[in-house]
Amino acid sequence: MTAIPQDLLAGVPQVSTILDDRSSEVPDLIRGTGHLPEMRVDPIGLFTRVRTECGDVGRFRLADKDVVLVTGAEANEAFFRAPDEVLDQAAAYPFMTPIFGKGVVFDASPEERQQMLKNQALRGDMMRGHAQTIEAEIRRMVADWGDEGEVDLLDFFAELTIYTTSACLIGKPFREELDGRFAHHYHELERGTDAIAYVDPYADIESFQLRDAARLKLVELVQGIIDRRRERGTVPRDERDLLDVLISIDMSADYITGIFISMMFAGHHTSSGTASWAMIELLRHPDVMADVVAELDALYGTGADGTGPVEVSFQALRSIPVLESVLKETLRLHPPLIILMRLVQEEFELLGQRIPPGTLIAASPRVSNRIEEDFPGADTFDPGRYIDPRQEDLQNRWTWIPFGAGKHRCVGNAFAMMQMKAIFSVTLRDFEFEMAQPSESYRDDCSKMVIQLEQPCLVRYRRRSR
Amino acid sequence: MKVIADTSICQGHQLCQGEAPDVFGFDEAADVVALLEEHPDETRRAAVTTAVRYCPAFALSIEED
Repeated sequence: MTAIPQDLLAGVPQVSTILDDRSSEVPDLIRGTGHLPEMRVDPIGLFTRVRTECGDVGRFRLADKDVVLVTGAEANEAFFRAPDEVLDQAAAYPFMTPIFGKGVVFDASPEERQQMLKNQALRGDMMRGHAQTIEAEIRRMVADWGDEGEVDLLDFFAELTIYTTSACLIGKPFREELDGRFAHHYHELERGTDAIAYVDPYADIESFQLRDAARLKLVELVQGIIDRRRERGTVPRDERDLLDVLISIDMSADYITGIFISMMFAGHHTSSGTASWAMIELLRHPDVMADVVAELDALYGTGADGTGPVEVSFQALRSIPVLESVLKETLRLHPPLIILMRLVQEEFELLGQRIPPGTLIAASPRVSNRIEEDFPGADTFDPGRYIDPRQEDLQNRWTWIPFGAGKHRCVGNAFAMMQMKAIFSVTLRDFEFEMAQPSESYRDDCSKMVIQLEQPCLVRYRRRSR
Repeated sequence: MKVIADTSICQGHQLCQGEAPDVFGFDEAADVVALLEEHPDETRRAAVTTAVRYCPAFALSIEED
C-alpha cells in the first residue's frame, strides 16, 4: 500500500479534524490515522461535517487512504453509475474478510454472488413461498409471548431474521437445525466490524477476538449439522437444501459456514435494524401507528360482504400504502448502512475532479437521505412524503438511497420490504405495543461499521382483544 | 405519457411485466427490461405507475408528453 501523493487530490477539500488523532484517548493502534479515531466514535458526525464543510465532494483520511465522500444527486449518480472495473466494492470493506473467512468471499465477486442470489432465492416467482415462510417464522416467534410482556427489539428481530434469512436463502431443513445460539454467535460476528480493520483486520483487540471465537462456534454448529446429515444419508431431491448440495461436493464445514455467513449478511442486520426502528418510530408517532393499525385491520378483517380475511403471505406481496410509507421513512432516517464504499481501480473523473487509483470513494445514505433541499424538514419523520404527488423517493432516486442506487441497488430490497410488511401485519394485528424506556433512549450504537441498536431497547406488548 | 426504462441499471427482476405485460417485455439475452410500448394508452396509467413505483432497481420512470 502506498500513500496517494497529496497533490493529486488537491482539488478536493478536506474536512476539519475535531478529534486529535494523536490524543492519549486514541488507542495506540490507530494513532496518527487521520479521521479513523473519529469514525469509530461518531461516524455520522464526521460524514455530515464533510458535506457541511466541503459540499458535494469532500474527503477525510483513514490511515494511508484518502476517502472521497460524495453527496447530492449529481455526484451520487456518477458514483452509482461507475462500472465495476473502475470502482471495486469488495476491496473497500477489509473488515468483512475475517467474517466470511479467507478465500471464501473473493472466489466470487460480490456481483457474481448477487447474481447467484437473485437467480436462486430472490427471483420474483420465489417470493410467494418466502412470504409464507416468513409469516410462519414470525408466528413461531410470538407463539410463547402470552398475553403481555416485554421484549428487547434487538434480541427479538436479530433472532427472527436469522430464521427468515436462513429458511429463505439456504433452506428450511437447515433452518430447523438452528436455535438462539446461531443468532447469538452471528451477532458477535457483526459486532466484530470495528473500523480498526482499516489498519489491521486481525488486530489484537477484544471485538476481533470475540468475532473469531464466534466464527469458530458457527463452524462447530454447522459441522454438527453436516455430521447429522451424513449419518442420515441421502434424502429425495425435493427434501434437499443448499447444505446438502454443498456437502455433496465435499466442501469443508469452514468453507460452507463462510458461504452461509456471506449469503445471510446483507439481509440480516439490515432487516433486523429496520424492523426495530420502524417499531420505535411508530411508538414515537401514535397518530401514524393508529393509521397503520386501521389500515391493517381493514385489510385483514373479515370483509363486509362476508368474505374471509386475506392471508398475510398474500398481502405482504401487495400494496399496503400507509405501512409502506412508514417503512420508507424509517429507512430514510435510519438507513442500516450509513456509508457505501468503493476502491478506485482506474482513474475516475468525478464532477471534473480526477480521482487516482488507490483512493477510497464513498456515498453516504445517512447524509444524502437528509439533504434538506430534496427532503423538506429532513430530520422530521413524515411518511406523507411518499404519497402522491410528492413521492420523494422516486423524485430523488439518486439521493433517497437507503438501498443504494444504480446497478448495485440492493437486490434484496423487494424481499426486505415484503418481510417488513409481513412482520408488522402479524405483530400489529395481534398485539399493541408501548415504549418501556424513555423515547430518546432508543438509539444506534455506531461504534462498529455494522450499526446496531444500543441495548437495552425494550418495548412492552399486550395481546389485542378482537 | 412516455415510459422510460434505464437498461443500464435494470437488474432483471421482471416485476414490471407482472404489472403491465403489454408495456414491459424482457430481453432474455441482455437480462434486462425491453419496452414494448413507449407511449401506452392513458387507460394503462395505473398499472404502469405501479410498475414504476415497485421496480426494485428504480430503473423505470414516466415522463408526461
